[in-house]
Amino acid sequence: MLSVHEVTTAYQGLVAISAVSIEVAKGEIVCVAGANGAGKSTLLKSIAGAERPRSGTVTFDGKRLDGMAQHHITATGIAYVPENRRLFPRLSVRDNLRLGSYLYRSEANREEPLDLVFTLFPRLSERLEQRAETLSGGEQQMLAIGRALMTRPRLLMLDEPSQGIMPKLVDEIFQAVNRIRDAGMTVLIVEQRMAECLEIADRAYILQTGRVLMQGPAAEIRGNPDVRKAYLGL
Amino acid sequence: MTAETIIQSLASGLLMGLLYGLIAVGLALIFGLMDVVNFAHGEFLMIAMYVTFFLFTFFAIDPLLAAPLAAAALFVLGAVVYLVVVRFAMRAKANVGMVQIFATFGLAIVMRGLAQLFFTADYRSVPQSWLGGKTVSIAGIFLPQPQLFGALVAIAAFGGLYLFINRTDFGRALEATREDPGAVALVGIDKNRVFALGWGLGGALVGLAGAIMASFFYIYPDVGASFALIAYVTVALGGFGSVFGAFAGGIIVGLVEATTALVLPPSLKSVGIYAVYLLVVFIRPRGLFGSM
Repeated sequence: MLSVHEVTTAYQGLVAISAVSIEVAKGEIVCVAGANGAGKSTLLKSIAGAERPRSGTVTFDGKRLDGMAQHHITATGIAYVPENRRLFPRLSVRDNLRLGSYLYRSEANREEPLDLVFTLFPRLSERLEQRAETLSGGEQQMLAIGRALMTRPRLLMLDEPSQGIMPKLVDEIFQAVNRIRDAGMTVLIVEQRMAECLEIADRAYILQTGRVLMQGPAAEIRGNPDVRKAYLGL
Repeated sequence: MTAETIIQSLASGLLMGLLYGLIAVGLALIFGLMDVVNFAHGEFLMIAMYVTFFLFTFFAIDPLLAAPLAAAALFVLGAVVYLVVVRFAMRAKANVGMVQIFATFGLAIVMRGLAQLFFTADYRSVPQSWLGGKTVSIAGIFLPQPQLFGALVAIAAFGGLYLFINRTDFGRALEATREDPGAVALVGIDKNRVFALGWGLGGALVGLAGAIMASFFYIYPDVGASFALIAYVTVALGGFGSVFGAFAGGIIVGLVEATTALVLPPSLKSVGIYAVYLLVVFIRPRGLFGSM
């Protein structure tokens, strides 16, 4: 479904990811793990069009994405939830969700994903009139995922959804990711919390200083002695 | 000074103030949307007045009917100015603020120069119009009809703008872009399109104002300058970027101007406006309705 082929992206001459290739098949949950600065966020930005790769190709269902404008990439069916969430802070929860379905004209298409969003995150439905900035960190993450789901994506990309959130809500969010896949979407998730991420993922990649260090089925990577020692603290 | 004179002055001041608000709101809208001050705002007004003048001269279209056409023309002008000038000014690698100022200021000078070249520096006027020279008397107060009509258009325009921003999808996109232009692509919105339409909308509003003013002000290439100055004061008074602030600021400016004219010689009628402006800047720099 998504194929990233030898993508290199640099900021002002500094290479953040170097010839990274990953594949995501339809219906999978794929986890990209790695330490801070490994290039995980850059990888997602390069796919979403928030950064332009210096070389390499990104293909989504046969369509070339690299070089496409970011808003056009959203329209191809990729929803991207960036690390800092980028909600519209002074707009209400309702308006943030409503903006998610901006691309759709028919009211039925616009309302349809709301059921899923409220099933996953019931507390959002209680806070519809609140400004986004008044939500807790966890609720903001829920809203960011909710807004992304409103675009009716085929592929959902999450950048560190557990960041700045209390542990109880982290579980809730990883649960939600599972159910989003059950609803027919594909998920690419980038995380520092490798243990939780590997638990829900089908396959995983480990990035280190901008390169793919290791890849394979999540269970296999979880069982790898080096990974257990270096990343999982076991 | 009788009570009637005072009421008469305040009533005229109110009408003029609503028009000031209409002139200023486009400036406030664009600033609120993208933090850019359009220094060619007065020249937009000037162009709208010429559009109205030429529609009258060549096609005998009354300024009343010309207003929507002038608004449409200025919508196009606003969008084109964004796409051709401002969009590139915003890409500056350093000192973006200064680049924007010089870009729109330069544009103002170019527009004024072109107006002098093509329209000459002659003072023009729309010699007769449906409402021109007519007044209406309400409870002993005489109100000039063109100004009265202008005030009604201003109120309607503000009401329409309010509904547009708060009730439509595009209005919501405008608010979202104003909050975080870098984030709207996440929901598939093209920020450049929103910016261009924002400039178009700002242009259309000043276009309406220009068409109304063409029926009772002289039209010449520099006409925008003095009104633009008042528009900046109006916007700063109301709170930069606040659409409602522009409305309230306009009314205040109109009333203060009328009051000053009552107590000071006519040549000093602007003194009051700038005094109030200084006072607000000292006491409440973000303006009366501005949020920080």
